[in-house]
Amino acid sequence: MKKYVLHRFLQLIPVLIGITFLSFAMMRLAGSDAIIELYGDKGAVAEEIIAAKQAELGLDKPFLTQYLAWVGGMMRGDMGVSYVSGKEVFGTFISKLPATLLLTALSIGMTVVISIPLGVLAAVRHDRFTDYFLRFFSFVGNSLPNFFVALLLMQVFSIKLKWLPVISKGLSVQSAMLPTLTLAIAMSAKYMRQVRATVLEELNKDYVIGAKARGVRSCVVLWKSVLKSSMLTIITLLALSIGNLLGGTAIIESIFMWDGVGKLAVDAITMRDYPMIQAYVVWMAIIYVIVNLTCDLLYHALDPRIRLGVSEG
Amino acid sequence: MSEVTIRKQRIKRDSVKVRLIVFGVLAVMLILCSIFSEYLTPYDPYLQDLSIAKQGPSSEHLLGTDRYGRDMLSRVIVGSRASIFSTLLLVAIITVLGTAIGVICGWNGKVLDTVLMRISDMFLAFPGLVFALAVAGCLGGGLQNAIIALAAISWPKYARIARSQTLAQKETAWMKAAKLSGSSTVKIIFVHILPNIIGPILVTSMLDIGTMMMELAALSFLGLGAKPPIAEWGSMMSDTRSLMTTSPWITFSPGIAIFISVMIFNLLGDTIRDYADPKSRGR
Repeated sequence: MKKYVLHRFLQLIPVLIGITFLSFAMMRLAGSDAIIELYGDKGAVAEEIIAAKQAELGLDKPFLTQYLAWVGGMMRGDMGVSYVSGKEVFGTFISKLPATLLLTALSIGMTVVISIPLGVLAAVRHDRFTDYFLRFFSFVGNSLPNFFVALLLMQVFSIKLKWLPVISKGLSVQSAMLPTLTLAIAMSAKYMRQVRATVLEELNKDYVIGAKARGVRSCVVLWKSVLKSSMLTIITLLALSIGNLLGGTAIIESIFMWDGVGKLAVDAITMRDYPMIQAYVVWMAIIYVIVNLTCDLLYHALDPRIRLGVSEG
Repeated sequence: MSEVTIRKQRIKRDSVKVRLIVFGVLAVMLILCSIFSEYLTPYDPYLQDLSIAKQGPSSEHLLGTDRYGRDMLSRVIVGSRASIFSTLLLVAIITVLGTAIGVICGWNGKVLDTVLMRISDMFLAFPGLVFALAVAGCLGGGLQNAIIALAAISWPKYARIARSQTLAQKETAWMKAAKLSGSSTVKIIFVHILPNIIGPILVTSMLDIGTMMMELAALSFLGLGAKPPIAEWGSMMSDTRSLMTTSPWITFSPGIAIFISVMIFNLLGDTIRDYADPKSRGR
């Protein structure tokens, strides 16, 4: 186990280098006209001023030197200043992060509440009306783009019924309701299917038939054995979907004006604020990698087969 | 196996066939509609007539008109070209690119394999749309750039499937026979490997069409895909969001169009998967 943890941490290093390098290279390719962004049209400023500014920003140095300087700055929490607001990029990003994390956590919570009971129900009522009914809804949910769901919910709850505000005003329960629901609907639709498949697979195993043959009541089998052994897979699947959620929040945040990093990124993209986009990509990727690693390690720590070295992989 | 089981299985297989035909026909109809969209519109989708602006659905304009008095039904039909066509193009690109890289990796092994697989790891390290957003942001808007952005994050999945399948094929007896009989690498790859590995890859790409369509529409919705006045469902929706309170049909008709198309392609994808792999049926 210790060896495995060490191995995974070592594997993290090339991935992190890859993430930072890719983000940096991409922004440099796109943002090579940073000076033009700063001064407007190129012809409007003297060559000397441009050269001086380039030297000041370090743009005259070789690519790799620039990259290393940038990574060094990133580790100290210095990611440059925004082209648009002139504020510290890293500070702005960190100040908006809690809102996004809150939204993510709320959506995951709601997904768990919706999809696990429904998924288990669909598996237990396999191939009966309830199962078809739930699968139909999961299918519809899977085919709806989340921005469409967002607009539909907005139309119904904010405009027609006037229960909730159209755009969020700060972090309040009312304004968190619709974005959370939107994200949870899409995620539950996908996740419910996975829960159903996992539980169904477990229900089809021989020990379930054995237990039933011995006269153990079905609900006891379900709660004591089936759910216990399928929970691990279910939790892992949920953890793996966090990444999609982190990316998906961007569009929902900008629809509901939720003041998180997703909206920050979309605004930055519209304004071509490259340092801000860079910070968003790099940090989201790092968060994602860390979340995945944690889940993987937890999975290994929790599964007795792997923990006790009965079988590898 | 009892006779009853065999008959049950046969009935199930037949029902999958029926589904395959029904959804296949629907999907082909959608694609045909996107190809011949110009000839199917009842009105000119770009013709403005302010005297009939923002009219609700009526017998004359089935889906109403938008703020410039353009017929919504015509715009939705024309929008199918940008939405459906670019999605199919995107899926074709990632399938071919991913498969090519995967086969090369699996066949060559060694350094090239390691390097390409590490690169694909790098792309997989970015969460979902985050990287696509950044790529689209860097390249600027436009449908073409949105396709590039989504292709950049989607090919590694295909490369992995193709690679593992190629590795499995390499160990088979007929591969050794082909090598012994002196077939060239190109012939082995195209005649022996590709036909044997293409099944699971095509199933994956069929299942991906719906997702890709939604993601492309999402990028357009954010203003990173097709730009107005080109009719594209995602951008049409974001374009008309301000009118949602007074004339919701303008915003929702393209949304429903996306929903229906995604659903048809998802149903087709599921059916093809069931057909190809009976084990996954009913999952």
